[in-house]
Amino acid sequence: MIILLIYIAIFTAGFFLVRYGVKRLMHTTADYTSLKTVTFGDESAVRPDRWASVISILTIFLLWGAFTGSKWTPIHAPAPFIGDTELTYTLEAPDGSTDDATITLRVYKFGEDPATPEVDEGTGFARNDAETVSAGRTKTVLFDKNDEIKRRDGAKVIAIDGKPIEIGQPISVAAGKVSLTDKGAIQITPPAGMQMEPIWLPPPEKVVARFIEISTEGYQGFTLWEHLGYSLFRVIVGFLLGALVGIPLGYAMGLSNWFRGWFDPIVEFMRPVPPLALIPLVIIWAGIGEVGKIILLFLAALWIMAIAARAGVSGVNITKVHAAYSLGASRFQLMRHVIVPNSLPEIFTGARVAMGVCWGTVVAAELVAAEKGAGMMIMVASRFQLTDIVIMGIILIGIIGYGIDILMRIAEKTLVPWKGRS
Amino acid sequence: MSTLSIDKISMRFDLPNGGHVQALKDISLEIKTGELMSVLGPSGCGKTTLLNIVAGFLAPTEGTMTLNDHLITGPDAERGMVFQQGALFEWMSVRENVSFGPRMKGQRESQWRDTVDHLLDIVGLRDFKEKSVFELSGGMQQRVALARCLANDPDVILMDEPLGALDALTREKMQGLVLKLWKETGKTIILITHSVEEALLLGERLLVLAPRPGRIHREYSLPFADMGVGQDLREVKKHPEFAEKREEILSMIWDMEEEIMGNATEASA
Repeated sequence: MIILLIYIAIFTAGFFLVRYGVKRLMHTTADYTSLKTVTFGDESAVRPDRWASVISILTIFLLWGAFTGSKWTPIHAPAPFIGDTELTYTLEAPDGSTDDATITLRVYKFGEDPATPEVDEGTGFARNDAETVSAGRTKTVLFDKNDEIKRRDGAKVIAIDGKPIEIGQPISVAAGKVSLTDKGAIQITPPAGMQMEPIWLPPPEKVVARFIEISTEGYQGFTLWEHLGYSLFRVIVGFLLGALVGIPLGYAMGLSNWFRGWFDPIVEFMRPVPPLALIPLVIIWAGIGEVGKIILLFLAALWIMAIAARAGVSGVNITKVHAAYSLGASRFQLMRHVIVPNSLPEIFTGARVAMGVCWGTVVAAELVAAEKGAGMMIMVASRFQLTDIVIMGIILIGIIGYGIDILMRIAEKTLVPWKGRS
Repeated sequence: MSTLSIDKISMRFDLPNGGHVQALKDISLEIKTGELMSVLGPSGCGKTTLLNIVAGFLAPTEGTMTLNDHLITGPDAERGMVFQQGALFEWMSVRENVSFGPRMKGQRESQWRDTVDHLLDIVGLRDFKEKSVFELSGGMQQRVALARCLANDPDVILMDEPLGALDALTREKMQGLVLKLWKETGKTIILITHSVEEALLLGERLLVLAPRPGRIHREYSLPFADMGVGQDLREVKKHPEFAEKREEILSMIWDMEEEIMGNATEASA
């Protein structure tokens, strides 16, 4: 909740700072769009503000670092208390006499195994205690193990650090939150701060360190590049097979009544079935090896490519077809010189969608069952609660998916420059 | 010598709701080699249907057509067509568009290079031959379409409102170009238009169709196309006979339009 509020605050502050600060000081180019007065509602006048993009990414890393105690960020959210702390409890004997004793608490970072601090037991019927607790966790202190008058003898805690306390009414003292259990034992929660524990979200430098470690040493018997490479290999092979069958199928559906009638029900039925729903069946049929994955990705790409090719054929302006025939083109020439080039923009759009779907599907399939691959890597890491590997994997999967899309867009621009120009 | 002969063409097709449309009824025509005939009529009179039948894209329900004594059954390179717009191939350069016909016949570049360059000269696009067609203006695109049609050397050129999508000035220039090409090449041309002026200017013969069912209403023989070759077309338009004919045909078409509107009102009433 606090994180969301901080995020909104940075968003708003950044907006005003850039708009009324930075941009005033900078020379702005007076291109055509900048002279438009009607911009609200004119989509073509909305251009992404690069300042906003940069600040947006920085903000994510800043918040990530601040709330995980990263060494890379200058500011931090309050950290959990680490170190030794003390609190004094006042014990009341059945006869009404009281005695004070101290509990020394050693708060350690999660994962460490510190020694219990040495303390002098002191004098009186209440004796000093020592305990250890992991940061942010609650510890129940059976304070009376060494006391002369114990709880079962009728002794009870009446105050902590001089503040009165009763069962069911927690209080705050310097050492943290303190409450009494139903049986009268002391429960101490040292200040947890606002940072995430590394098991939930590790700081960025840990993720980077893990990335360097895995990219040099590998994980689960395969190098990082093998994991990613296998995922990419499956996507590319599955997509190419899907395109190889899907595009001719789509053309046939766009050109022949019989093909259209025969395959329409199949394609229209299979299209809304998410490829993920096929994973169990594919595992039953083909196992968890490469063949199963490639069959799955083939099926994911097939329908998308078939529909794209069919749309490409039906998108041919009939006058172009008429023109080609009256210029003496044969059916084959019409196909080669008119229908195929005219449908390329549609096919590229379909290919971009299909590559995206395939990449998502392969990761999901590897999550379910695989020996290697990006999805398998993060799945195994999550079983061992290696959150840094999980996050590293997610980032790499995102980068590769984005990279695929950019490459497809570049290919589209160079190969079909006439897209949207007819 | 008669080249294109249309014999009692009728076109009638069923509608999904059980009704039917009589698009054309008993159209008979003889068009000689080298004639330029313009076809005019109110909207819905079947001019485009007639042209599509002659081009071979549609089969008539009755009647036959012959070109140079052989039957027309489908599209063929002997009947070239120029469309209103959108018929150029965006993935080809201007030169590739113009040479499409010869290339489809399997000709090598050496065989068509001179013709294509010559045609690009005539239509004034020599400097644009390596450009993509989507970089050209509408008027230039139509000039490419004309050149592409001529490069294939058809016997008959069918024009389906080829200048309909152009602005008035470009249109006037293009009308001059059509006349020039007609005289230089001696091609038979059938030109469909909905502009009375254009039909008068370009048509050596003018066919007025009447709607519902589409049929030949009247035919004119006109002197203006011959007058206009190499002339300023605005001078031709000032000719008193031109103004007289224009009024006559305009009121004829207006009458037809009103009749349609009247029928429609009755039908809805």
